[in-house]
Amino acid sequence: MFQVRIHGRGGQGVVTAAELLSLAAFNEGRYAQAFPSFGSERMGAPVVAFCRIDDHEIRVREPVMEPDALIVQDPTLLHQVDVFGGCKQDGFILINTAKSFDELGLGEFVRDFRHERLLTVPAAELAREHTGRPVANAALLGGFAAVTGLISIDAVAGAIRARFTGAVGEGNVAAAMAAYAWVGDELRELTGAASG
Amino acid sequence: MLRQVEGSRAVAEAVALCRPEVICAYPISPQTHIVENLSQLVKTSELAPCEFVNVESEFAAMSVAIGASATGARAYTATASQGLLYMVEALYNASGLGLPIVMTVANRAIGAPINIWNDHSDSMSQRDSGWIQLYAETNQEALDLHIQAFRLAEELSTPVMVCMDGFILTHAVERVDMPEQELVDAFLPPFQPRQVLDPAEPISIGAMVGPEAFMEVKYLAHAKQMQALELIPQIAADFKHAFGRESGGLVRTYRVEDAETIVVALGSVLGTIEDTVDELREQGERIGVLGITAFRPFPLEAVRDALGHAKRVLVLEKALAVGIGGIVSMNVRAALAGIHLHGYTVIAGLGGRPITKASLRGLFADAVADRLEPLTFLDMDWDLVNGELERIGSSRTSGPHAENILRDVGPVAAGPV
Repeated sequence: MFQVRIHGRGGQGVVTAAELLSLAAFNEGRYAQAFPSFGSERMGAPVVAFCRIDDHEIRVREPVMEPDALIVQDPTLLHQVDVFGGCKQDGFILINTAKSFDELGLGEFVRDFRHERLLTVPAAELAREHTGRPVANAALLGGFAAVTGLISIDAVAGAIRARFTGAVGEGNVAAAMAAYAWVGDELRELTGAASG
Repeated sequence: MLRQVEGSRAVAEAVALCRPEVICAYPISPQTHIVENLSQLVKTSELAPCEFVNVESEFAAMSVAIGASATGARAYTATASQGLLYMVEALYNASGLGLPIVMTVANRAIGAPINIWNDHSDSMSQRDSGWIQLYAETNQEALDLHIQAFRLAEELSTPVMVCMDGFILTHAVERVDMPEQELVDAFLPPFQPRQVLDPAEPISIGAMVGPEAFMEVKYLAHAKQMQALELIPQIAADFKHAFGRESGGLVRTYRVEDAETIVVALGSVLGTIEDTVDELREQGERIGVLGITAFRPFPLEAVRDALGHAKRVLVLEKALAVGIGGIVSMNVRAALAGIHLHGYTVIAGLGGRPITKASLRGLFADAVADRLEPLTFLDMDWDLVNGELERIGSSRTSGPHAENILRDVGPVAAGPV
């Protein structure tokens, strides 16, 4: 089973991101379970959503406490909420920012993590470019597909189109594709640097 | 057709497949998405003919459902928590009049203190209201139970509550197999009311009954629930035949064959318990699970059959009967009359506290070693409790519990997850 935790703020589409990820996995024939942290949701308040993906039925209903992948939609949460709680050193971390882990002050924290699994992507900028709004959720799923290889970018695009029609859907698909390419380039640099 | 949808959406579509003719709605979290989805289906005429009535309260919702059902319409509503409590007087009328209304309860805690999260306090408080109560383990089962509930309600002429864990199921997006309309139509024939208010052939419903016959009329509600003990498994078997999957029934066992320890629970927590039990089985522990789907009527015989040979029984429940402890466990004890075994009541998950595998592993280990108190509170923060008890003991004017304890918890720990 692969477990994902997504952190963001109310209004950023965090719950939708988990739902879209589950739909992408479902579209590939897998079982998936997406659910939000349950609170008094309001704009701007910290929000957490979860997604589990597996090849057979998922029965467990606890929150994801030890994520295999962490997606941070809002980097202002990094030093406010314990977003890294339960993160494993071989886990994936994807943060919506143009900065590096070092620039975010996380260099020391992730020192023993696998560096090819730690990515930042300016998803909000990519979203603004392709949709006119800095809502990073769909773009981050493109980045997630690239860094984890767990789901295809086509499945992500299919999930976005199933949820959002017309220009909004196509804009978000374009943002996801752009983030997918961005993370792919970043990965090639990282692994190239490692082997060279 | 396989779909990846939110639990509330799945239930709304399942209810629509049952062709309700009147839906009364008053919003309360976490059931709101269900009636919202249904209102859309009515507005777009995907569900027709059907009258969607926005009412001014839950009391009105149940009253309108009663009126609709009495005129021969298939009636549905949904509620939770304080909303269920607000319709209590009408609930007893619906069951006392024998009106086959189906209602979803998206289980949620009851205040005070104010809390919008999941537990079973709401529906458990109405266990003796004369309604049949079915509890869903998954969204697939929630969907399926609604289809079965209309048939059960109408065959017996008694109302049915389908209980599903609020948020944990209602807000979870997962795979469901949505049945075809033709299959549902074949499984659920049109509503043929046993009693109907019709201006062409006037009758009255709701007579006053004095001491000479009140007990007899009341007993009939009990007799119907005893009939439901036969009918619920039959309907589940018919359902399996028609739709090809197991859903509903009275109880469901999991790995109980040679089990010395059996965990009893209701609803969505069963999945987490089953996963934990698999881990313990791998370590050689003889442990199994009994899920109770039908809590009213309570299946005494099925529970006794499933648990009678165990050495110990742990009932894990999401409601607290203040002043005594467990509600489900009291019913389980009645089923086990005369049988000697270790019995433990565990109160867990009140007000939305997550029930984790880690906590369950520790709990089951303690149970197997018979180290548990007869009444145990899973993951209770005793420092908080004892701090407040000390305040109460030391000062006559110690103030409100909730505010005092929240001050002790601090603002950070009070945030989400």
